[in-house]
Amino acid sequence: MIQTENLTKRFNDFTAVNGINLTVRPGRILALLGPNGAGKTTTVRMLAAILMPTEGRAVIAGYDTRQDPIAVRRQVGLLTEQPGLYLRMYGGEYLEFFGRLYGLDPETCQQRAREWLDRFVMPEAWGRRIGEYSKGMRQKLALVRALLHDPPVLLLDEPTSAMDPHSAKLVRDAILSLRDERRTILVCTHNLTEAELIADEIAIIRRGQIVALGTPAELKRQLLGPPLMELRLAASTDGARPLVARWAPVLEEGPNWIRYRAETPEAVNPAILRSLAEADIPVVTLSEVPRSLEAVYLRVVEG
Amino acid sequence: MEMSRLEVVPRPVWTLWVQQVWHLMWRELRDYLRDWRILFPIFTLTLLFPFLMRFVTGYLEASFYERWGAEGVTSRLLPLMLLLVGFVPISISLVIALEAFVGEKERMSLEPLLATPLSDLQLYLGKTVAALLLPLMAGTVGIAFYLLILPVEARPDPMTLLQIILLTLGKALVMVSGAVIISSQTTSVRAANLLASFVIIPMTLLIQQESLTLLQGGKQVLWYILLFLLVANVMLVRMGIRLFNREELLGREIDELNLRNVWRMFRRHFVWERWFFGRPPDRLPRSLRWMSTWTGLYLREVPRVLVRSYPALALVLVSLAGAVWVGWEMAIRYRLPAEYIPLDQVTEETFRQASAISWLPALTPWGILQNNIRSLTLAALLGTFSFGSLAAILLMAPIVIIAYATCQVAWAGYDPLTFVLTFVMPHGVLELPAAIIATALAVRLGATFIAPPRGMTVGEGWMQALADFVKVFVAVVIPLLALAAAVESFLTPALVLAVYAR
Repeated sequence: MIQTENLTKRFNDFTAVNGINLTVRPGRILALLGPNGAGKTTTVRMLAAILMPTEGRAVIAGYDTRQDPIAVRRQVGLLTEQPGLYLRMYGGEYLEFFGRLYGLDPETCQQRAREWLDRFVMPEAWGRRIGEYSKGMRQKLALVRALLHDPPVLLLDEPTSAMDPHSAKLVRDAILSLRDERRTILVCTHNLTEAELIADEIAIIRRGQIVALGTPAELKRQLLGPPLMELRLAASTDGARPLVARWAPVLEEGPNWIRYRAETPEAVNPAILRSLAEADIPVVTLSEVPRSLEAVYLRVVEG
Repeated sequence: MEMSRLEVVPRPVWTLWVQQVWHLMWRELRDYLRDWRILFPIFTLTLLFPFLMRFVTGYLEASFYERWGAEGVTSRLLPLMLLLVGFVPISISLVIALEAFVGEKERMSLEPLLATPLSDLQLYLGKTVAALLLPLMAGTVGIAFYLLILPVEARPDPMTLLQIILLTLGKALVMVSGAVIISSQTTSVRAANLLASFVIIPMTLLIQQESLTLLQGGKQVLWYILLFLLVANVMLVRMGIRLFNREELLGREIDELNLRNVWRMFRRHFVWERWFFGRPPDRLPRSLRWMSTWTGLYLREVPRVLVRSYPALALVLVSLAGAVWVGWEMAIRYRLPAEYIPLDQVTEETFRQASAISWLPALTPWGILQNNIRSLTLAALLGTFSFGSLAAILLMAPIVIIAYATCQVAWAGYDPLTFVLTFVMPHGVLELPAAIIATALAVRLGATFIAPPRGMTVGEGWMQALADFVKVFVAVVIPLLALAAAVESFLTPALVLAVYAR
């Protein structure tokens, strides 16, 4: 579990993170979104007990980052913004090195490393020099490094950056399966589609402060208003318009489609459909107009 | 796919601690061993340099013998060559150590390492030992190789050999611990290389001193150099451990001198609380409020500074006790005949003549005050650059002289207590506390680099020490020195003449 209370970090006169309050429970994924320089990396570094908070506190897997930083580091798997690998080392050698630093014995270390490499479809990486890896392979190796000691808390900064779509999907699937194993996961990303795909909750950080927090659906509703519905008809909209307008405000209209905002879709939509059926107006489809997380993000970030 | 979940094998904590350092060190070593840019110079310097030195020794021997018929040059030259053969490969350790942290930071590989459950001390040790090991092995192999190619009769005696090996080890340690400090405090390899002069220049001077010592055959002096290296190592290692801080390593992005921040920090430590015997200063009558600034300074702030400086004060007092002992020892060794201490012949003329000596201050209040302020300011300056040691040594010098003179006076048949009470104490009761306080604050200026106050960076700790120095120097030391100068100028001579003049 990740819990922060008024987490603040100042560098001289500059406040990088300002009073962040977050809770991520086991088996949940929180995506931390924000523009460059918003304070994501500083937050992650504080959660990983690399930087100490100037004010407030962070408790990771039951350990306070200030009081027991070494125990926190043992509980955390950190994927850093840059893979940060030793290019002269071989993949296996590299993973063994980090495994040993986390106190794993060589057999366990090797077994886990090989399992993860197989899962990411790069078994050959074990015997190859890291300098020869592609960007995506380097990123996956860094991810294996973070997972090697089987940490209950994962802090992943841009986990799929530089990866091809197939590799990115493999990594996303792995993250989801780790969530199913009830690990607590915090992901920093600029990839909003990915955030929407994997995150249970989203926090948007701007100038060191959390400015929006909630599930993707909650955020969309909160920031973009109630869902927008699109009704497609097999005929002209002339007869349908007044029937729809009785239940919800019509926003847009085309030759055979109508868009309206449904405050309570579960009540409004069946009522509209009933009215249309009674008026013998044939309905082709009724669906929610997809609203992207990008729109939410831009609304928040652009203020 | 189900991933295996295997338990971590439980091990005693200390075993794990040592193993983690070992793994870190071994990784670093393996990395060096794969870098031809490190291996090539080490191999070359280790294996070719001894041959070169052998050739040089042979050439110099022949040339000296032919020209001046000088024999035995080799016996003086060989230890020097041995020293160089050992030193040249270990100089590589400087390059390796300079890169230790800042190089990783530049390559972005530092953060994953800092995220591991290693303590700061483990990281420091792993990196330092790794930087030291390879060049040190090369240095030792170089020495061994050189000894091998020397004729048996030309090989130095075991004691000299031991001295040279220890000197090589000492220098390597000083270079590595100095370079690791630089590496952990800079933000780029370029900046670290520029700052490396702080290691290279003292090392060059030391090598010159060692060479001179060996050429002059003064092998005894080499033990003192070794002692110096040992002290320097203890200080640098302590400094390295205290200053090593993963937060600083990762948090600092640019080395920028921001004078406004520096001034703000100084001001924050310089200002003191207004206080007037527990009464809120704002409730005092307007005409009396100014007093709270002075009572705050003298009754609250100065005692606080002195409490903060107690380790430095204790060190200065111990140094003074040491100075008395040194003065006593010197008095025993260099005893003066009684006729050299004609105290009963002291006249007013004696004081006038003393003023004429160029290096002594004029015996006027202003002359004495100027001299004392200059000396204590110099102590602060020297203290800053010597971890505080030179400040303490500077104060020890006059105490050694006083102790020496007191002993001589006693042996010449005078009462030593009367001597001290007339010559030293009238102004000494004011001057000595002032000098002790100023020196302790000067020691703090240097000691902050080795041990910054808890929760402060070196820069902030030093600013606090500087603010304390300035505050107490102006508020306490200068007034005391001014009074002492007046007493020394008028009262002390009169008292001396009253007691001793016939």
